[in-house]
Amino acid sequence: MISTLTKGERELAIVILGILACVGLAMAAAGRADPLGAHGWLIIALCVPMIFFVIAGYYTPQPAEERLSQYYDDPSKAGIIAAMVWVVFGLFVGDWVAWQLVYPDLTFDAAWSSFGRIRPVHTTSVIFGFGGNALIATSLHVLQRTSRARLPDQLSPWFVLVGYNLFCLIAVTGYLMGVTQSKEYAEPEWYADIWLVIVWVVYFLIYLRTLARRKEPHIYVANWYYMAFILVVAVLHIVNNIAVPVSFGHAKSYSLFSGVQDAMTQWWYGHNAVAFFLTSGFLGMMYYYLPMRAGRPIFSYRMSIISFWGITFMYMWVGSHHLHYTALPQWVQTLGMTFSLMLLVPSWASAGNALLTLNGAWHKVRDDATLRFMMVAAVFYGLTTFEGSFMAIRPVNALSHYTDWTIGHVHAGALGWVALITFGSIYAVVPWLWKREAMYSGRLVELHFWLALSGTIIYVFAMWNSGIIQGLMWRTYNESGTLAYSFLDSLVAMHPYYIARATGGLLFFLGAVVGFYNIWMTIRTAPAAQVSDVRTDIPVPASAGTPALQPGE
Amino acid sequence: MAIEERDPHTGHATTGHEWNGIKELNTPVPRPVYFFLATTFLFSLFYWVLMPAWPTGVSYTKGLLGIDQRTTVAENLRQAAMERAVWATKIEASDYSVIPADASLMQVVRQTGRTLFGDNCAACHGANAKGGPGFPNLTAGSWLWGGSPEAVAETIRVGVNSTHGDARVAQMPAFGKDQMLPRSDIENVAAFVQSLSNPSIATGPDAGKVAAGRQVFATNCTACHGEAGKGNIEMGAPDLTDTVWIYGGDRQSIMTTLYGGRQGHMPTWEARLSPLDRKILTLYILDLRRRAP
Ligand code: HEC
Ligand code: HEC
Repeated sequence: MISTLTKGERELAIVILGILACVGLAMAAAGRADPLGAHGWLIIALCVPMIFFVIAGYYTPQPAEERLSQYYDDPSKAGIIAAMVWVVFGLFVGDWVAWQLVYPDLTFDAAWSSFGRIRPVHTTSVIFGFGGNALIATSLHVLQRTSRARLPDQLSPWFVLVGYNLFCLIAVTGYLMGVTQSKEYAEPEWYADIWLVIVWVVYFLIYLRTLARRKEPHIYVANWYYMAFILVVAVLHIVNNIAVPVSFGHAKSYSLFSGVQDAMTQWWYGHNAVAFFLTSGFLGMMYYYLPMRAGRPIFSYRMSIISFWGITFMYMWVGSHHLHYTALPQWVQTLGMTFSLMLLVPSWASAGNALLTLNGAWHKVRDDATLRFMMVAAVFYGLTTFEGSFMAIRPVNALSHYTDWTIGHVHAGALGWVALITFGSIYAVVPWLWKREAMYSGRLVELHFWLALSGTIIYVFAMWNSGIIQGLMWRTYNESGTLAYSFLDSLVAMHPYYIARATGGLLFFLGAVVGFYNIWMTIRTAPAAQVSDVRTDIPVPASAGTPALQPGE
Repeated sequence: MAIEERDPHTGHATTGHEWNGIKELNTPVPRPVYFFLATTFLFSLFYWVLMPAWPTGVSYTKGLLGIDQRTTVAENLRQAAMERAVWATKIEASDYSVIPADASLMQVVRQTGRTLFGDNCAACHGANAKGGPGFPNLTAGSWLWGGSPEAVAETIRVGVNSTHGDARVAQMPAFGKDQMLPRSDIENVAAFVQSLSNPSIATGPDAGKVAAGRQVFATNCTACHGEAGKGNIEMGAPDLTDTVWIYGGDRQSIMTTLYGGRQGHMPTWEARLSPLDRKILTLYILDLRRRAP
C-alpha cells in the first residue's frame, strides 16, 4: 500500500497523521473528565500505529512511472472491504436491536447496550459505514473509468477513506458512551462533524480534479449523481450541525437552532440525507454497474436528464412531510406534501430507466444473481418512492406517522434498494478490481440474493402490518369517547410482528455474512491468468477518440 | 458527429458517446412521464390555491378553503370534550359512594380507567394492577395508605416520597446498613416476620429464631408496623401478616429489606392528570379490587 505512494506523499502522510495525533493528544488532555478525552485517546491509538506503518514502508522503492497509465484502484479495494466489515457489524447490531424490542432483557442491564444507544450504532454503521464506504469506493472506480482519467494523486483518496472511517468510528464509539446530538442521522457531536467536513471537502476536490482532467468529452450520468451526492451532503451536514460546544473539553454542544426551526432544519437535513446520500449516490452506482453488467445501453439519455434535475430540485422541498400536524406552520407542510407528490414522477422515471435498460438482457437477469440484485433494487426503489409520496399525503400521514409503517418504509428503501444495489455492484466490481474471472462462488451469490430478498420481504410486511394496526389502535375510540387502547395494548399487539421483523433481519444479516465470506474467498483465490475487457485497470479503447488515459497530476 | 449508431434490440439511436463501454440511447421520454408530471403539478397547483401554501414575506397565502390546522384541532378538541361532557360532569359532581351503583357511569370508568391506567400506571403497577417486585399490588392485600376512596385519591394526587409538598412519606429504616441492629437480631426478626404469615415456621427448625425475633420486633418495629404487625396507614407501613408482599416474602428478600431499608417512590399526579382523570382512576382501582377473585 505504501509502495504506491510517492516519496512526497509518504512524507505528507506522516505529517498529517502527526498533526492528527497531536489533535488527539489535545483532546485527551482537554477532555480528561469527558468522553471527548476517550476519543482523543482513540485518535492517538489509531494514528500512532499508522505513522509507524508509513515509516516502515518509507524506504520501499517509489512507484514506477507506468502507474500513471493505469487507474488507481487500491483505495476502492480497501473501501469495499471496509463496507463489508461495517455491514456485517451494522446488521448484527440492527438485528440485536430488533430482538431487544421482542425481549427487552437483551440489554443485559448495561448502559452502553441500551436501545437508545445501539440503535444509532446500527443506523450509523449501515448508512454511513456500509453505504458511505461503498459509495466512496465505487465512485472512485466509476469516476476514473467514465472520465478516462487516473485519480489526481495517490494520497488524497486514502485520506478520504481513512478519514471517513475514523469519523464513523468516533460516531459509533461515542453513542456507546452516551455522546449524541439527539438529531436522527446527525448524532455525532461537533468535533466529529468538523472532521467530516474536512474529509468531505477533500473528497469533492478529488472529484473536481479528476473530472477537470477527463478525456471524455461529456460527463457521464453516474458522475452527475455522485457529484450531487457529495456536494449536497456537504451543505446539509454543515447547516444542520451548526452548534456551539459547551467548551473545547466537552463533547456536548448546543444546536444553533431551537424549537420548530430546529425540527425543520433537522428534517430538511434528514430527508435530503435520504435523497442525496441514500438515493443520488446509489443511483450513480446503478447507472454504471447495471448497464455494464447487463451489457446494454442506457434506455434513455433524455429520461436521465429529466430524472436527475427532477430529483435534485424537488427533494429539497419535501423535508417538512416529516412534521405534518406539528407546530410547524401548515403552509410549510403543504409545500412538503405537494412536492413529495411531484417527486414521484422523476423517481419512477429513474427506476423505469433502469428497468427498461434491461430490455434485451432479461435472460441475464434470470441467470445472473448479481444483475438480479440490481434489478430487484430498482423495483424496490420504485416501490419505496411510491410509498414515500403516499405517506407524505397529510391524511395518510395522520395514520402512518410515529408507527412502524415508517420503519417498514425506511427498510424497503434501505434493504430493498440501497443494500441490494450495493451488493449487486460489489459482486460486479470485486472480480474486476481484483482481476478474477468471477466471484469465488456463484451459488453463494445466489444464496445471498434469496436470503436478502426474503429477509427484506418478511421485514417490510411485518412492519406494514404492525404499523397499520398500531396506527389504528392509537386512533380508536370507545363509546365513552375516550381512547380504546393504551399504548401498552398496542405494544402487546406489536409483539408477533417484532418477532417476524427480527427474523427477517436475521436472514438479511446471514446473507451479508455469506457475501462477506464469498468476497473474502474471491480475494484469496489466485488471479486469473488473462482477464479481458472491462476488468483491467487500463482504459478500454473508446470507439471514438484516443484510447489513452489521462495520467495523474 | 459520427455516423448514427442504432441499438439493434430497440432500434433507437445512441447519443454517440461512450464511457468505458457504456452507451446511451436517445429514446424520447415516454409520454406517461410528461402526463404524470403535469397531473401531479396541476394537483399541487389546485391544492396550493385551496390550502395555506406559499410564504409571502411576513405572512402566507391562506388558501380559499380557509382551513388552518390550529383552529381545526381546537374545534376537534372542543367537540370531543362536549361529547364526553355527558358523563364527565356527572362523575365530577357525584359522590364516590353513588357512582359504583350507576351502571352507565361504571362502564365509562372501566373503559376509560383501563386506558388511563395502562398509559400512566401500568409501567410500575403492571397492566393488571397486580404489582411486581417493588411495586404494590393494588387489587389485593391491605392498603398501605388506606383504602377509602378519599385516601386512594389522595395517594394518587400527592404520591409517596415524591416531589409534591404534601407527599406521603414512607421510610422503612435500614437496620443493617445504618447499624441499628446486629446481624443476629436481623436474622431472628426476619424469621419472626416470616412466621407472621406462615405460622409453620414458628414450630420448625427456626423456632428459636422466631422466639428471639419476637422480642426484637416488639422493641424496634411495632412503632410503625403495629403491635400485631398489621401495619399502619399513618406511616404507610405494610401489613406483615398477610401473604401480599411488595418486596418479596422469602427470607432473603426480607433480609434485604431489613438490611438496606426501603423507600418506594410513587410519583405525584396532581400536575399531570386532571381531577376527573384521577377520580376515574380511583374508582377504577377500587372497582378492580371489588371484582378481584
Ligand atoms: C414510578 C412507579 C409508579 C407509577 C408510575 C405509579 N405508581 Fe402507584 N405506587 C408506586 C409505589 C412504589 C407505591 C408504594 C409506595 C409506598 O412504598 O408506600 C405505589 C403506591 C400506590 C398506591 C397506594 C397503595 C396502597 O396500598 O395504599 C396507589 C393507590 C397507587 N400507587 C396508584 C397509582 C396510580 C393510579 C398510578 C397511575 C396514575 C400509579 N400508582 C403510578 C409506584 C408507582
Ligand atoms: C419508621 C417506621 C418503620 C419501622 C420502625 C419499621 N418499618 Fe418496616 N416498613 C416501613 C414502611 C413505611 C415500609 C414500606 C416501605 C415502602 O414500601 O416504601 C416498610 C416495609 C417493611 C417490609 C417490607 C414489606 C413487603 O411487603 O415487602 C418489611 C419486611 C418490614 N418493613 C419489616 C420491618 C421490621 C422487621 C422492622 C423492625 C426491625 C421494621 N420493618 C421497622 C416502616 C417501618
